Amino acid sequence: MTRRRAALLVRSAGLAGLVVLLEVLCRMGAIDALTIIPPSEMAAAMAEQLASGDVLASVRQTFLTVALALVLAVTLGTLGGALLHATPRLRRVLDPLLASYYSVPTFIFYPFLVALLGLSMAPLVALGVMSAAPAMVISTLAGLDGVPRVLFKAARVQRLGRVRTLWLVVLPAAMPRLFSGLKLAMSYALIGVIAGEFILSGSGLGYAISYAYQSFDNRAMYGLMLFVLLAAVSVNGLLYAWEGTLARRRAGG
Amino acid sequence: MSSSAPAAVPLNPPRWRSGVLDPVLLLAVLLLAWQGVASWTSGVAVAPPLPTMAYLVGLVGTAGFWGHAGATGAAFLASFGISAAIGLALGLLLGLRRFAADVIEPVLAGFYTIPKVTLYPVVLLVFGLGAPAKVAFGVMHGLVPITLFTLGAVRSLPPVLLRTTRVLRLTPWQAAWSVLVPACLPAVVDGLRVGFALSLLGVLIGEMFASQQGLGFLLVSGLAQHNIRLATAVVVVIVTGAVFANLLIRHLGRLVTRSGMGA
Repeated sequence: MTRRRAALLVRSAGLAGLVVLLEVLCRMGAIDALTIIPPSEMAAAMAEQLASGDVLASVRQTFLTVALALVLAVTLGTLGGALLHATPRLRRVLDPLLASYYSVPTFIFYPFLVALLGLSMAPLVALGVMSAAPAMVISTLAGLDGVPRVLFKAARVQRLGRVRTLWLVVLPAAMPRLFSGLKLAMSYALIGVIAGEFILSGSGLGYAISYAYQSFDNRAMYGLMLFVLLAAVSVNGLLYAWEGTLARRRAGG
Repeated sequence: MSSSAPAAVPLNPPRWRSGVLDPVLLLAVLLLAWQGVASWTSGVAVAPPLPTMAYLVGLVGTAGFWGHAGATGAAFLASFGISAAIGLALGLLLGLRRFAADVIEPVLAGFYTIPKVTLYPVVLLVFGLGAPAKVAFGVMHGLVPITLFTLGAVRSLPPVLLRTTRVLRLTPWQAAWSVLVPACLPAVVDGLRVGFALSLLGVLIGEMFASQQGLGFLLVSGLAQHNIRLATAVVVVIVTGAVFANLLIRHLGRLVTRSGMGA
């Protein structure tokens, strides 16, 4: 525990030191303001944008898109994983696809999705689902594979029905893998949606950043970037902490 | 290294038959799906397989195509090489220094999950428009997974191996080369595969945004000029290249691991 705290302390100090160093270099003029603006100004720009409400529409748009993509990806991915687990034949056929899926940059399909579905939220959601769902499928398969056989025997001895076996035995046993699938799906959906907005879109945070870059508005750009990074880190941090709580509860109970 | 993989390997019926049949089946289904999407949109968004292949054959004969493919290939190789070299070294180092790993690992893991596209403008401002920006962006994507996988592999090594290197008074280099690297190889190969895919993604995103060269640029400009066949053909090239490279790394990894174990 003390070592963990020491590591946290050193990490925070190190990161703070880097921010201060960047601030000093920017203020001294070693890094010119056309390249990177001082961190304090990034924070100020972010606060201004949030206070003036200019970015709220983009924020809402992006979060809605990510949430939709995540829900779809997790639902489809879990169902797909369960289906594949139940039909070994299908699983054998699709195995090479799953194994090499993430070696292909899914993102290159995005322009086609735009051509298919129009420049709207739909291609972004589709891209998010395409990036995130396979991770969920793979995690579901790993989770279901990992349920010890003896638990199924125990369920039969207790005369549990199908639904109760699933709910009381399979789900808890597969939970850790499912949760890491959820974490992956979260970050893939977020990355997919924001990348799509950045390259080709008319709204959302990614678009706002690329628009600011193209109009040489460094202050707005760095403010938005800081916001996106803080939001992503907080969401992922929350999931991480939640996972830790679940793991501790499992270990305790 | 006996991994803790669950003992739920699916039944293995006649291997030789499904071993040949399954990939053919999968390929056929994928081609049918492709044809289906193309017919459904009557070729406006996606070109159908046969015309795409015909176009691709013509495209491969042009010098312009090789210029773009070469630009992507060079940027990708540079960024993957840099990611692999730094990632392996950093991962080994951090794996052996417990406290440093505790300090740095969460930072790397956090960086791994953020949408790095948003940082691309910074890369462009720092490196300027051109190849170095693409390479740097590829490294930003590929470096972290290679480091994290290597770090994880070194940390989960049986402590007896490290003690043995000390008993044999191996120099750090000898220890790394003859004990640590072979022992971590399977996990390191996985890390390299992830790093490979992500540095390719980084390079391609770099080419799709504010670039004049490379396959990513060719794809975007094909769509912008409503040259759907060109765009579809470029996607076929990228997908095929990525899948084959992935198989190659995996195969090499297996070869090396097996020879390492046999020695």
